Amino acid sequence: MAPLIQTQQLRHVYSAGTPFEHVAVDNIDFSAEAGEFIGIIGHTGSGKSTFIQHLNGLLKPTSGQVLFNGEDIWKIKTRDVRFQVGLVFQYPEYQLFEETVFQDIAFGPRNMKLTEEEVKSRVLKAANVVGISEDLLDKSPFELSGGQKRRVAIAGVIAMQPKVLILDEPTAGLDPQGRNSILDNIRAYRDATGATIIMVSHSMEEMAENVERLVVFNDAKIVMDGQPSNVFSRADELKNMGLDVPLVTEVFLQLRNMGLAIDSSVYTVSQARDLILSMKGGKLRA
Amino acid sequence: MSELIKFENTTFAYPESSENLAQLVFENLNLEIEEGSFVAVLGHNGSGKSTLAKHMNSVLLPSGGKVWIAGYDSLNEADIINIRRNVGMVFQNPDNQIVSNVVEEDVAFAPENLGIPPAEIRQRVDEALKLVGMYDYRDHAPHLLSGGQKQRIAIAGVIAMRPRCIVLDEPTAMLDPKGRKDVIETISRLNRESGITVVLITHHMSEAARADRLIVMSDGKIIADDVPQNVFCDVKLLNSAGLTVPDTTALLYELNELGADLPLKAVSVSECAEVLYDYITKGN
Repeated sequence: MAPLIQTQQLRHVYSAGTPFEHVAVDNIDFSAEAGEFIGIIGHTGSGKSTFIQHLNGLLKPTSGQVLFNGEDIWKIKTRDVRFQVGLVFQYPEYQLFEETVFQDIAFGPRNMKLTEEEVKSRVLKAANVVGISEDLLDKSPFELSGGQKRRVAIAGVIAMQPKVLILDEPTAGLDPQGRNSILDNIRAYRDATGATIIMVSHSMEEMAENVERLVVFNDAKIVMDGQPSNVFSRADELKNMGLDVPLVTEVFLQLRNMGLAIDSSVYTVSQARDLILSMKGGKLRA
Repeated sequence: MSELIKFENTTFAYPESSENLAQLVFENLNLEIEEGSFVAVLGHNGSGKSTLAKHMNSVLLPSGGKVWIAGYDSLNEADIINIRRNVGMVFQNPDNQIVSNVVEEDVAFAPENLGIPPAEIRQRVDEALKLVGMYDYRDHAPHLLSGGQKQRIAIAGVIAMRPRCIVLDEPTAMLDPKGRKDVIETISRLNRESGITVVLITHHMSEAARADRLIVMSDGKIIADDVPQNVFCDVKLLNSAGLTVPDTTALLYELNELGADLPLKAVSVSECAEVLYDYITKGN
């Protein structure tokens, strides 16, 4: 069976034929299966935003293809693909525009020409996934806090029940609690629907705690693609690309440099704790 | 050291509007910022930290009490220019702060408005761009720069006014790791080498750890105010304020919960590695 979403030799050139010509995405082969939770990292200008905008047909490839369920999205009804592949932009709360939270979340499903009953049921479900209580649905989105607005904006995409949910820095500018609750919402959506999640983030710790597969962009190409432990073990290469490894990984790399024979493919606090625990013979209390 | 900014029983409420009720942000708040210090302010969304920052150069004015900035009363409208010469502000979104098509013209905007002679403006702009490491980009177009570079241009624009203090409201929230690092290093250098007072509002614990004083706000109150290492030791307090500690401290804390007795002050990567090295190789 074909992968859920796939790119073949995808290439995008901005301002082609002008002095500002710039290859933003260069011959990228990528595929994702249903249910995967994939993180994308890369410095500003590495091509990751251009790339994700191809996945739901917001940008048209200069050459190459984007396939959804094995079909070229530009040869089928591209508009339908946009309902299946939902894209949440950076700072999506700036895109809220309706009079009430309910209307805003309902905008996507209504465009899908669903019955009003179905729209309502989807809005309620989506609001529930992102933790927006029913009493907020009649309020103006502009009365909500920043974190709540962000959740409403995400609910607007979730209400279309996309098979692939793509989020560009969904937690930027939020405090730790806000970040965690958005990430919990995203995971809940994946677990409930089996959708594929593709998330762009600049926080290595966030990637470490959440994703199962990490894709690294550099200079318009995918240069790494694997489990977080494999990717983060290549700390020097990541740093040369202007990226980082999680703080815990840094500590373990330093311990190795200090001469300790220790596994440095550790990237979360709990892994680190368990590893130290096992080195201490399973119990810490003397 | 003397205080550059002083909040004296300051109260602030956003006024009632057709859509919202009046909203009290803080009440009888007292705080002094010493000249030459590097102060970080942490707090959950809605804790009042941005409102606090906006009082530091009269973007917002207190509803009760006073804010003294470089000796000027912020409520005295006649002194507003003097206040803004002393305290410059940098905001979160680099694209909202750039006004010109050429980097050096953008940096010259504020000194031009201050009526400084052209020869001196030239000198200040060059100096400011060198200080933030963007001199080589002086004739570039700002919109073609990266987010981190744009933020450094915004900082240069403030520096060109030769302020005594810069207040930065989440300047790295929209930047990638490299951009974030460049901006934070630029800020620390300005503080260290040029003696400029820095107030940094942030959500990033690792940035807050670079300051020499860390203030934590929760629901409009200052709940911690100390050197960062000491503040981070109080993991429970930070968690209760909706914040986390750096993963280094979190790891040491979790080991302590299991019976170890490690110093939580080891916040930096190298300090944490040393503590763990000793712990793994010795003892037990």
